[in-house]
Amino acid sequence: MTAYDKVMAARDANKPTSVDYISNMFGDSFIELHGDRRFADDKAIVAGVAMLYNMPVTIIGIEKGRNTKERMERNFGQAHPEGYRKALRLMKQAEKFHRPVLCFVDTSGAYPGIGAEERGQGQAIAENLMEMMTLKTPILTILIGEGGSGGALALAVADEVWMMENSVYSVISPEGCASILWKDSTKAPQAADALKLTAQDLFNLGVIERIIKQPQSSNDMAIFESLKLLISRTLEKNSALDTEELLSARYERFRKIGRVD
Amino acid sequence: MDLFSFRKPKNELESTTPGEQQNTPFVPEEMWKKCPKCNTMLLTTDLEENLHICTKCRHHFRMNAKQRIEMLADSETFVEQDADLESTNILDFPSYENKLEKARQKGGKESVICGKCNIGGIPTELCVMDSDFMMGSMGTITGEKITRAFEYATANKLPIIVCTVSGGARMQEGIMSLMQMAKTSGAVKKHSDAGLLYITVLTDPTTGGVTASFAMEGDIILAEPDTLVAFAGPRVIEQTIRQKLPKDFQSSEFVLQKGFIDAVIRRNKLKKTLIKLLRIHGYNKGEKQ
Repeated sequence: MTAYDKVMAARDANKPTSVDYISNMFGDSFIELHGDRRFADDKAIVAGVAMLYNMPVTIIGIEKGRNTKERMERNFGQAHPEGYRKALRLMKQAEKFHRPVLCFVDTSGAYPGIGAEERGQGQAIAENLMEMMTLKTPILTILIGEGGSGGALALAVADEVWMMENSVYSVISPEGCASILWKDSTKAPQAADALKLTAQDLFNLGVIERIIKQPQSSNDMAIFESLKLLISRTLEKNSALDTEELLSARYERFRKIGRVD
Repeated sequence: MDLFSFRKPKNELESTTPGEQQNTPFVPEEMWKKCPKCNTMLLTTDLEENLHICTKCRHHFRMNAKQRIEMLADSETFVEQDADLESTNILDFPSYENKLEKARQKGGKESVICGKCNIGGIPTELCVMDSDFMMGSMGTITGEKITRAFEYATANKLPIIVCTVSGGARMQEGIMSLMQMAKTSGAVKKHSDAGLLYITVLTDPTTGGVTASFAMEGDIILAEPDTLVAFAGPRVIEQTIRQKLPKDFQSSEFVLQKGFIDAVIRRNKLKKTLIKLLRIHGYNKGEKQ
């Protein structure tokens, strides 16, 4: 598969979405919690609490929707500031009740619109980056499709970031990059190569910890089961660390990227 | 020889040669600038003396990092840090080296200059982004320098002022550029948790990944007039919503009204305002009381 094939696979409307991951791994134990307590409930982000075997967890996922009606409701997984603020509210709640946070990311980016700008899209993302860096509970983020720029990073300041084998994570879409740099959006495949946005590229660059075998459909239960086990082991391991150790490792995880000695 | 070379003197000496003087004064292009707001022709020397503010309508022209440092730091006190850090083509991105080379020819080495200085006699860490270097785009070294500046300020209990200007992430550094948003935010948080003051000064334009990280993380956020403050730039929004944006959307006055910055400060009042704020937070000549 070329890098651009992976971009297409990451955008495939039929692949499992956050809601599929949540229902397949957490079933009935998941209780959705709504709203940012400031402005609205952003349906582009699904969040709540659930049991991971015997461990309570907070789950936050960007949701693109599984059919046209849902996609409209979910704004195609492009969150507004209130979505990121809901996420932060629930992360703070997780910190208070000492439960780890699990994030699923699948977005082409934070929504670029009038309301989003008026309500401080940049500020909302910035606050998440800052607060997540010192959130006193483990955070694990899994990219399950598209990881579009700041809108993805706003849920990915984590102790570990994993990517599905056919997901991508990039500072800009290959189309956007090609049209800005080369004034030609049809050069997106070349841009996709140049941007180094595949899971394999990012693993080699030391930006992610793990590449995960991808469930092909929402019924791929064997894969969901093994992923659940892996998530549980990782969160247990990180929950056992003392907070200072956890946070200094999280800081160092990002500090080392582009460090010059 | 270029046919039209007579239009422009090659250097200052030539233009002032008495023999060449004619009845109408000869004004080379470099000597005047047209104000984009009121269309007045302004002498660049007048503009420079007036901190690059239009003498007629007070439009704020862009300033580069060196000019801004000169304006803010007490004279001869700025000691640059990490000046030797330079971007490299970490992802082997096509023709990135050429772009870097071109940017460096304008005189700067990176899109931010960081250092320690006195402002009104108060020791302060100062980072100034540079619109002359790839429109202040955030590369890995930009993030590294800003992170180091915050770490230095934290270790030395210094307040920090960051003047932002940025077109956003540096695409040629891909994901590495994106990660600088998280890295710098972490360093800001540590400085903040140490109880130290961080003031942001937003200058035109402040957009994208810089807006969505350290630009919006100041304890106090100031902006100059005529500044675009945005996460998504106006063109991207217009393409998404397929309609024209209202005039002054995302201007500093607009984001002030929406509640995202503390104040819009004219450039001629900026240094005075910063000194007042530093003092109110207990920073004085010498060290924090």
